[in-house]
Amino acid sequence: MNVILILIILSLGIALFFLGGFIWSVRSGQFDDTCTPSMRVLADEDHAKPFPNSTKNTKAT
Amino acid sequence: MSLAASQNISAVASSPARSVQAETFKYDNAIVRAFAIATVVWGLVGMTAGLLCAVQLFFPGANLDFQFITFGRLRPLHTNAVIFAFVGNGMFMGIYYSLQRLCKARMFSDFVSWFHFWGWQAIIVSAALTLPLGLTTSKEYAELEWPIKIAITVVWVAFTINLIGTILRRREKHMYVAIWFYIATALTVAVLHLTNSMVIPAGWFKSYSMYAGVQDALVQWWYGHNAVAFFLTTPYLGMMYYFLPKAANRPVFSYRLSIIHFWALIFVYIWAGPHHLLYTALPDWAQSLGMVFSLMLIAPSWGGMLNGLLTLRGAWDKVRQDPMLKFMVVAITAYGMATLEGPTLAIKSVNSLSHYTDWTIAHVHTGALGWNGFLTFSVLYWIFPRLYNTRLYSIKLANYHFWIALLGMMFYVVPMYVAGVTEGLMWKQFTADGFLQYPNFLETVVQIVPMYKLRAIGGTLYIAGVWLMVYNLYRTAKSGVFVKETEAQAVPFRREHAPVERGPHWIHRWLEAKPLTFTVLSVLAILIGGMVEIIPMYLVKENVPTISSVKPYTPLELLGRDIYIREGCVGCHSQMVRPFRSETERYGEYSKAGEFVYDHPFLWGSKRTGPDLHREGGKYPDAWHYNHLENPRSTSPGSIMPNYPWLLSQKLDTTSLPARIQALRKIGVPYPDGFENGPAQKDLQEQSEKIVANLKTGSITANDNREIIAVIAYLQRLGTDIKAAPPVATPPATVQPTAELDSHGQDARATTTAAK
Repeated sequence: MNVILILIILSLGIALFFLGGFIWSVRSGQFDDTCTPSMRVLADEDHAKPFPNSTKNTKAT
Repeated sequence: MSLAASQNISAVASSPARSVQAETFKYDNAIVRAFAIATVVWGLVGMTAGLLCAVQLFFPGANLDFQFITFGRLRPLHTNAVIFAFVGNGMFMGIYYSLQRLCKARMFSDFVSWFHFWGWQAIIVSAALTLPLGLTTSKEYAELEWPIKIAITVVWVAFTINLIGTILRRREKHMYVAIWFYIATALTVAVLHLTNSMVIPAGWFKSYSMYAGVQDALVQWWYGHNAVAFFLTTPYLGMMYYFLPKAANRPVFSYRLSIIHFWALIFVYIWAGPHHLLYTALPDWAQSLGMVFSLMLIAPSWGGMLNGLLTLRGAWDKVRQDPMLKFMVVAITAYGMATLEGPTLAIKSVNSLSHYTDWTIAHVHTGALGWNGFLTFSVLYWIFPRLYNTRLYSIKLANYHFWIALLGMMFYVVPMYVAGVTEGLMWKQFTADGFLQYPNFLETVVQIVPMYKLRAIGGTLYIAGVWLMVYNLYRTAKSGVFVKETEAQAVPFRREHAPVERGPHWIHRWLEAKPLTFTVLSVLAILIGGMVEIIPMYLVKENVPTISSVKPYTPLELLGRDIYIREGCVGCHSQMVRPFRSETERYGEYSKAGEFVYDHPFLWGSKRTGPDLHREGGKYPDAWHYNHLENPRSTSPGSIMPNYPWLLSQKLDTTSLPARIQALRKIGVPYPDGFENGPAQKDLQEQSEKIVANLKTGSITANDNREIIAVIAYLQRLGTDIKAAPPVATPPATVQPTAELDSHGQDARATTTAAK
């Protein structure tokens, strides 16, 4: 069952990589602001015509 | 949220860099459209293949006795097509669309984008060609043979470079949570794919897994489980966190929760793989570890699901009006259902009932049809009008699609639950006298055939819905003008940001300029090299049999096993008798790890549409197998197994034998030196003649060089080694596999082997 060691090492490697990513992201201030990022996503509207939310069950063209 | 408010937010966000001039750039929409079209096309192909599989399960003649579309070969085509072609392209569509906008940057390189696109489509086409031909490794969701595996690696690296490159060149300092999900996808899938693809080639389209038996099983399900986690789940969660707020036009319920969702999921998911191997020969502590981590997964999964659903708080009126949101809500609900059910199935006592049954099929289709399917449809309905700068052609049609798809899903999943529980209970049912109530496996099959019919209706409905979507999207595209690129402006968040030079050495310069990326790529390269070097050496010494009577397959059995792999028998027949009384009564002695040391790859299977075959050897005469393979209903009335007439007519290809023996020897199977140059062929001939003689006693005249002879040899060998008595104490330095097989039992062979 030595292969289980390989898998554990690989899994730990992946986990450590992401742990590093987590530490980096906290230190570099990625999560200092947990409010505006969620709203900023909505800011870039890159389409001309709005999605026809208001028209109910009708052909929109 | 009003447009004015949105602009305020961008102004606030970019205020620290006010002094820097805003840059104008263009989002690449062409690549998004390409992936979107590929998603729809391959989705239809994959689902149709699935429907054909479903029909064959109650009407085996639906393959028209045509080997290339028989269930065993079609099933991997279906799973690969829906996972890697439909969801794969869907994921790339979502990532290429959202990543550019989240990073406020065009994709890193147009060339890499198109290389990625065409490379991925070429891989899918090669899969669609090779799998029906029976070119398969038989390892679930990793069936493609080694040249295609290498191509996958190359294309995946291209995708990763494109992803990381775009992130490094982003103009938005904060990495939105979706980006983290994308990074996790790219990196983890690479490691999983490489680890599970360690094979030794034996010709251009044949290879053997470097791992054997229980080790191969563990690697495979470490891969298999995490493929579900990091291919089907994380990229789609990233898409959920982008497209749901966009469609609802309100921020995600709790951004903080989404961050916790990501990090918790990443750290827990990777350890849950062993839950696919409960009650097998895997060490008990590993099984318990897998079970505990599986249960822990409920927390982050449900956190994410609730975060998604609560995003719609106060916006449920939009769900009523917007089909895109309807699809999204069902997708998130299905995610919640599947991630509650998954951990439940990972509990050992539940698993003892559910494993190998259609319950698993129901579970994966809740995820595939509900989570991945509905979310993909949702994103497609959202993206198409935007790509074409128009409105969706018909909301009414999209609503029809929604209800038809939902109905289709119910017609699929509910019968499969009923079938799964029915099978599980019938297999385990004892009479008051302590005998199996349904000793004939066929009784349990016949019982659930009506459920298989209902399932096919569900699948048909689901596909009909997709066709409605195709028409709707086509008309949408027709009504608008494709926007190849979208212009955008943003202020870079750092001064040193400079466009990458496009000289002949731009890759090198880029790497030098990015020590982090360079390090990551170097580590990856070293990892690959190291694994190729170390794993075979490391594992070979472990392949010393723990049960001394277990011997390598004879040449004829080896070729028979390769045909068994080619025909995808493992799709319906497990080779793992679990240590339950109901199973040892039905099949015989439970399976032991030491019995599989020469199994490259392992063939334990994950589904029992037919009975387990691990103790098949010696149960029936050769003639029974011959008749059964020619027409299963001649020996087992009501069987849903396909006919295999081509095994009777096709000549056994023995030219590949030396390459196969050499390959297996390299990974530790103790065939003596020079065995493949003469002795193996002689041995094969003798064993064939023996089987032909046996068939004659069953009044069957067969040619000794047909494929069916090899298959019979393999089936008669299965699980018989441990019956050899007394076991020899000395390690088998040399092995001369012989053809002592007889049709009625393994005693003759076993005695001979033991004597050696």
